Amino acid sequence: MSRRAGSTLALGALAAVHLAALAAGFLAPYDPTEQNRSLPYAPPARLRFVDAGGTFHLRPFVYPMAEQGPGSGVYGDDRRQAYPVHFLVPGAPYRFAGLLRGRVHLFGVDEPGRILLLGTDGFGRDQLSRLLHGAQISLFAGLTATTLALGVGWLLGTLSGFYGGWVDAALMRGSELFLALPWLYLLFAVRAVLPLSIPPERAFLLLVLVIGLVDWARPARLVRGVVLSARERNYVLAARGFGASDVYLIRRHIAPQTFGLLLTQAALLVPQYILAEVTLSFLGLGVSEPVPSWGNMLADLQHYHVLESCWWMWAPGLVLVPVFLAYYALSEALDRAGPA
Amino acid sequence: MVRLARRALHGLLLLIGVSALSFLLVELAPGDYFAEMRLDPRVSEATLRTLRSRYGLDRPLPERYLRWVASLARGELGYSFAYGQPVGPLLWPRVRNTLLLTVTATALAWMLAVPLGAWWATRRRGPVNAGLAGVTAALLALPDLVLALGLLLLALRTGWFPAGGMVSLGHEQMAWSERVGDVAAHLVLPVTALVLGILPVLVRYVRAGVADALDAPFVRAARAHGIPPRHVMFRHALPAAANPLISLFGLSLAGLLSTSLLVEVVMSWPGLGPLLLEAILARDFYLVLGPVLASTLLLVSGNLVADALLLAADPRIRAAGR
Repeated sequence: MSRRAGSTLALGALAAVHLAALAAGFLAPYDPTEQNRSLPYAPPARLRFVDAGGTFHLRPFVYPMAEQGPGSGVYGDDRRQAYPVHFLVPGAPYRFAGLLRGRVHLFGVDEPGRILLLGTDGFGRDQLSRLLHGAQISLFAGLTATTLALGVGWLLGTLSGFYGGWVDAALMRGSELFLALPWLYLLFAVRAVLPLSIPPERAFLLLVLVIGLVDWARPARLVRGVVLSARERNYVLAARGFGASDVYLIRRHIAPQTFGLLLTQAALLVPQYILAEVTLSFLGLGVSEPVPSWGNMLADLQHYHVLESCWWMWAPGLVLVPVFLAYYALSEALDRAGPA
Repeated sequence: MVRLARRALHGLLLLIGVSALSFLLVELAPGDYFAEMRLDPRVSEATLRTLRSRYGLDRPLPERYLRWVASLARGELGYSFAYGQPVGPLLWPRVRNTLLLTVTATALAWMLAVPLGAWWATRRRGPVNAGLAGVTAALLALPDLVLALGLLLLALRTGWFPAGGMVSLGHEQMAWSERVGDVAAHLVLPVTALVLGILPVLVRYVRAGVADALDAPFVRAARAHGIPPRHVMFRHALPAAANPLISLFGLSLAGLLSTSLLVEVVMSWPGLGPLLLEAILARDFYLVLGPVLASTLLLVSGNLVADALLLAADPRIRAAGR
């Protein structure tokens, strides 16, 4: 595979994953918080085309799942009734991309049947719906935190590099303090002083703020380096000689030089910040139940019996791998393309 | 020597800065350990006031800071409300355990990374190159969390090594040699997770560094003189590539400590990680400061070790420092 095709594939995959996250409400058959206490840790249902009598159906169907004895955790198909899969069916209300209201889901089965393509968690909630809705939290936490970290880092790095002197000295000493701590320890320390139990929406915002603000130091130092060299270029000196203001110089001549670096950094930081959200939520310090995030969905794996016997509970962790691969492929492509 | 002393002083200043900043952060935080108790109707306002004044929480900020610094000097590092004892004695065994884990993992990771990376640098094309590129990319994309959980599953399924913890039941009754073996068996899982987490990054850097060195004119000249490849690698290319790699050693420590925090929690290794998490969940702020400062100390001293190594390995730096 050529490099160009590789990075196109990576970009396409990332676009698809993010679109799926935006359209989670439409793609997911159920509300992510809807419980079904009679189906805890049910395994994924098989989509079938051939029924018990051996007849082939063009429209796929599922058999409902039933636990073989309450609390046994062993499930079997109940073959008395088949539920064919219908497309574009009305169901639980949701918001498309957080804005447009909707009721139509891509697929579903008639009540009281349930289509559980990725099984259920301990509360009998549909794992596929939670995975899709959790992507909204986890992926966009990564993106917004990156925007924030790079924004703050860019501003401080530019100020530091452009003005030099005591501004530079103060900012760089400050950045050293932030870099003297291992990153995750720093993140935890800042998280420690914030309230523990907060509603999910505020927890998300807080998480993004903490992750983004804690990590301004590295981008700031990189941007400062670029600005330091850009400042001394002849055309910048010439513009200054013509009486251009500082703001004009930065906006017109210096900022464009830093954008390549910012893009490369973004491709590196987004996966790191997605992982930060996942880690914090996994440990109970991030987005809390019942709102799904990939981190708090993985938290179930801390129970050894789930870890051992419910492979579908690994789904959020396994989805991270191709997402990260795509981001790394992208960052390598940017690295090769850009001078920075 | 002067250079090393200057770096040590810089590290000390950093430590002081981090301690002051983190103390301020914690003090500015809304609520304290006793604020949670107010929710309990059996605890009266007067009791809380007495408790606060007993622990000196009602004093002005500068005084609290000085008292804390004094307790730092005594090695107590403040007082843990949840444990009802100074933080120091709680912290030191945890620091020892984290150190045991990270030092073992660092040593192992570098021992694997240098030969692998150097070997890779000599094979720029073909199956070795493709294989190593694929494996490192896959490991790089595998989140530490999933890696740690996967290893835990492996240990549970196979029973090859103990899953979680640092010692078995009845560790106290064992003979000395058995104890060492017991801890070593428990080390396997977390060390594997840490090594696999950091190895792909190291291997890629080693490869890049050695490849650069192999392309340098003096190495080509050595090869043209008919010096055997093994000699070229060990006498000429590796020493030339050492400088950036030693700097990377300092940087890799930061990543390793972060990963270690997570791995320790997942595998219940009694290091700094679980203590920090516990302290956060109990809102025991002085206990939060302990692991944070300890990790800074570990990182700063690791960087100092890297500096000393650099001084020993690179004559250019020795000459510049004079």
